[in-house]
Amino acid sequence: MNRILIVGEHDGSRLNPAIAKCVTCARGIPDAEITIAVFAADPTAVAADAATVAGVDRVVTVTHAIHSNALAAAIAPQLAELAAAYTHVFGPSTTFGKDLMPRVAALLDAPQVSDLMAVESATRFRRPIYASNAITTVAAAEGSKIIATVRIASFEAAGVSVAPAPIEAVTVAAEPATHTRFISVSSARSDRPDLQTAAKVVSGGRALASADNFGILFKLADKMGAAVGASRAAVDAGYAANEMQVGQTGKIISPDLYLAFGISGAIQHLTGIKDAKTIVAINKDPEAPIFEVADIGLVGDLFQIVPELDRLLG
Amino acid sequence: MKRILVAIKRVVDYNVRIRVKPDGSGVITDGVKMSINPFDEIALEEALRLKEKGIVEEVLAVSIGTADCQQQLRTALAMGADRAILVQTDAVIEPLDAARIFRALCERETPLLAILGKQAIDDDCSQTGQMLAALWGRPQATFASKVEINGDVARVTREVDAGLETIEVDLPAVITTDLRLNEPRYVKLPDIMKAKKKPLDTLDPGALGVTPVERLKPVKFEPPPVRAKGVMVKDTQELIDALRRKGLA
Ligand SMILES: Cc1cc2nc3c(=O)[nH]c(=O)nc-3n(C[C@H](O)[C@H](O)[C@H](O)COP(=O)(O)OP(=O)(O)OC[C@H]3O[C@@H](n4cnc5c(N)ncnc54)[C@H](O)[C@@H]3O)c2cc1C
Ligand SMILES: Nc1ncnc2c1ncn2[C@@H]1O[C@H](COP(=O)(O)O)[C@@H](O)[C@H]1O
Repeated sequence: MNRILIVGEHDGSRLNPAIAKCVTCARGIPDAEITIAVFAADPTAVAADAATVAGVDRVVTVTHAIHSNALAAAIAPQLAELAAAYTHVFGPSTTFGKDLMPRVAALLDAPQVSDLMAVESATRFRRPIYASNAITTVAAAEGSKIIATVRIASFEAAGVSVAPAPIEAVTVAAEPATHTRFISVSSARSDRPDLQTAAKVVSGGRALASADNFGILFKLADKMGAAVGASRAAVDAGYAANEMQVGQTGKIISPDLYLAFGISGAIQHLTGIKDAKTIVAINKDPEAPIFEVADIGLVGDLFQIVPELDRLLG
Repeated sequence: MKRILVAIKRVVDYNVRIRVKPDGSGVITDGVKMSINPFDEIALEEALRLKEKGIVEEVLAVSIGTADCQQQLRTALAMGADRAILVQTDAVIEPLDAARIFRALCERETPLLAILGKQAIDDDCSQTGQMLAALWGRPQATFASKVEINGDVARVTREVDAGLETIEVDLPAVITTDLRLNEPRYVKLPDIMKAKKKPLDTLDPGALGVTPVERLKPVKFEPPPVRAKGVMVKDTQELIDALRRKGLA
């Protein structure tokens, strides 16, 4: 029996949709029993959410006031303690999971598989390296504990179960570290779909040339019900917020449709969109490398094409 | 002496197009340009700026790997690091062992900060800094885009999925760098000459009590799947038609 513990990332009230993808990944491990652990100041709502993810056998909750904000230093010792009874400990490849999981792995003296993209057996996995320009298969010794971050773009979300899994409050001896304190988080909260889970993404590059000009992409995105992304060049120039960055060092996404406007297609950007089902590229340079990966390409000026699309989609 | 330890990993330059060896035993690195991992250059730049502000007196650059890593350490010295250590080994060093080596050095050198890259662009693991923080029993501030030191605490802005998060950590601490933390300086020719005289010590991992272990054996390397060739459309109307045929508009 393989016992898999998944850390249930959440925002205080809802389970992050990435967790349902981690569950699908975990279900790929033979003979798996799956538990989601929720660390929160008040885990009630999140645990109830987690209990309905299809394929989850059990939800455990650890309640502590310090968990009102997710801090790796606070969660790690407690998660490591819980992990003693498990063969695998998974987290999502979000900034939360990337921050937390290696800290847990080190406490457990166990190796970590980062960005796990396919399960071949309980100890053999595939993962991307070199900005996804190569895929490697890694194998751990039989019986060794495996920590992993799950590349969420590689898995479909598990469905919702009608019979919720049991929820159990547990106590741990490990006290969360207090040497790390949460101060604040600032984000341009919007009603637009979340970039990481949106079915459609409209994205802009350096060619947009100003933050104001990005407005035309927001307008188009709203018409299409799409999220808005950006290249690193657009973020660095201050045209778009950093959380909009798509790519090797931004978000790795897998929408049904990715529309890239004025993005050249550097390998670091392409890393983030390889799992998109349909890539559309609009670029005035017919030689732009993005056309090599685009399913549909259109050579032209985005400042003409974006308003046209907006109008013709009516 | 107050110091900052900076990690310098030698990696294939980010402009190189990576190719997998035909026999699947690895990626081609022979004759390929090697550089300092871009995130580590940013780590070094941040350390140098903190030194210039008078917050620390010494910047120590550390690399783990083959004798060739001396090249990247010399570049780090030319950029302004005061001293370098090469922990020399031909073994493949997984993040957990790199973290063990850094922990041993942190215990010996007692830095105020250890600054590492948020990820190495070869293995893309994004693990070493966090593992070091755990083993050293110290705070971590990962994916940093702004660092302020006030006495014995650091206030760090982090790039997270939701936006920008600010945390405060007690020192000493581990910081890992994101791309927007700073723009690394260029190396000037006279500095390359001066760097030749700066101390570069070589150590064996064993001297730090670490015997590298291969916990995750790479059994195969493959190129990524290629996407099917796409179509070009003439104008916006054709684009919309193509999207409608796929049920996407
Ligand atoms: C370690 C590292 C990590 C990185 N991580 C990322 C990452 O996560 N994400 C990322 O995106 N980048 C990343 N980069 C940066 C990447 O290498 C590129 O620099 C960046 O993606 C370029 O952005 P861009 O395509 O918007 O700009 P450019 O390369 O400048 O391309 C602009 C494009 O717009 C076109 N254009 C100009 N005007 C118009 C117009 N009016 N209409 C239509 N087209 C027009 C041009 O033909 C050109 O192709 C990283 C780099 C490094 C070194
Ligand atoms: N062999 C190494 N030598 C020097 N620094 C390293 C080494 N391995 C990892 N690091 C540091 O750890 C960071 C993250 O690496 P990784 O966990 O492999 O993605 C790198 O950016 C470096 O700062």
